[in-house]
Amino acid sequence: MKYSVFSLARQALRGHLDWPMAWRNPVPKKHYDVVVIGGGGHGLATAFYLAKNHGIKNVAVLEKGWIGGGNTGRNTTIVRSNYLLDDNAHFYEWSLKLWHQLSQELNYNVMFSPRGVINLAHTEGQRDQMFQRGNRMLLNGIDAEWMSRSEIARHVPHLDCSDNARFPIFGGLMQRRGGTARHDAVAWGYARAASALGVDIIQNCEVKGFTREGNRITSVQTTLGNIDAGQVGIAVAGHSGVVAGLAGLKLPIESHVLQAFVSEPLKPIIDTVITYGAGHFYISQSDKGEMVMGGDLDFHPSYAQKGNLPILQDAIANGLQMFPILSRVRMLRHWGGIMDMSLDGSPIISKTPIDNFYINGGWCYGGFKATPASGWVFAHTIAHDAPHTLNRAHSLDRFETGKMIDDKGAGPTAQWH
Amino acid sequence: MQLFNCHFCGPRDQSEYTYLREAAAIPGLEAGTADWQQFVYERENPCGAHTEWWQHNHGCRQILQIVRDTRTHTVLDIRPARPTGTSS
Repeated sequence: MKYSVFSLARQALRGHLDWPMAWRNPVPKKHYDVVVIGGGGHGLATAFYLAKNHGIKNVAVLEKGWIGGGNTGRNTTIVRSNYLLDDNAHFYEWSLKLWHQLSQELNYNVMFSPRGVINLAHTEGQRDQMFQRGNRMLLNGIDAEWMSRSEIARHVPHLDCSDNARFPIFGGLMQRRGGTARHDAVAWGYARAASALGVDIIQNCEVKGFTREGNRITSVQTTLGNIDAGQVGIAVAGHSGVVAGLAGLKLPIESHVLQAFVSEPLKPIIDTVITYGAGHFYISQSDKGEMVMGGDLDFHPSYAQKGNLPILQDAIANGLQMFPILSRVRMLRHWGGIMDMSLDGSPIISKTPIDNFYINGGWCYGGFKATPASGWVFAHTIAHDAPHTLNRAHSLDRFETGKMIDDKGAGPTAQWH
Repeated sequence: MQLFNCHFCGPRDQSEYTYLREAAAIPGLEAGTADWQQFVYERENPCGAHTEWWQHNHGCRQILQIVRDTRTHTVLDIRPARPTGTSS
């Protein structure tokens, strides 16, 4: 059923008792042309674009838990494309372009809100670095704008822009086309749209192993039995190492826990996304009024979806240096998600040494904003058995050839990216 | 807050320690690029017992080898990364 004002009115007259399920709940078939492992935003987007862009509709998405239960529903929902290096800039800019039309494309309101993303600078060095990044963005056709301290003070009135701030603000780099989206609506929207095109979404189905013949995978062993597959793609975020390990691959990825938290709902006080430059902290306000906040990783490998308090304390201290007004706000929820931290800080969307096995991972706590383009190029990579122009550089073998995409220049230490 | 029982200093707060990396054999000077590529970039990254190196930065500054369960953060074993009594 197409969602529209007419279907809403029709259902309202019937007491809202007649809405169909948003996506089908099928029994797995014996064989699929493509099996996508991981029913998060990236896996579902991949299945959707396989069906829509490439006409491959005999596709299954296998999800260990339930749709929207993983990192797609565990992030701070920030969408931006303010990258320095060309390979990342072009990829994330394509993603941002897809975000701007995503609700129409999926016929599902993902509540994309281009409210702007500001990165604050607190030193002259940081300012110069932002000039450089902003200029590189402009050269790549991406919007970027330097804002002075007084402009930022007008734009974000509750931000401490005074000389008394712990680290006084110099200014900031603004990307106005960036913003936020409703995270689980993205998963639900892609699931519904993919299911309508014939994709089977199979929840509560964990992958236990692969059956190989020569250098090909012929079958995926799951808790719901064996499923034969023509091609297999994995988009399993923090569990990339585990699932790739089942196929005998070792990846340049470490799994780390990242915490995020939301406050009780407040009246509207911040209408943009703003990130701290003197520490690591990012904040926006949800449509419900909650302050949505995040900070650093816990800096050690973890598969536990929970973190430690010192990181939380550090993040909140950063937040209060920016917004003293929040000092007595109570926290509502706090959670951890498992991040697939690649060794150069950029994603891997690539073929692998196994002929019909493809990987999409290494998102380094920046995966949410990439969801549409990630699915777009991963579907292309699987359908053509060759990367799209936008992900040619994001190959798995770049760690052998030395063509790293290290946007931050942090070197081969996963937790620093 | 989690306590790590340092071989030299006794039980100390985790915030005194810095995670360095996954424990692995360091290639010799004669090793080729394939060995170095594996050491620098490839990770076991297990969901379960993980052998890793931490430095006790705000204590004795020694490097410790810790076996930790990445699902629960439980420390299963902790010892000096290098046998004690040897010189650097």
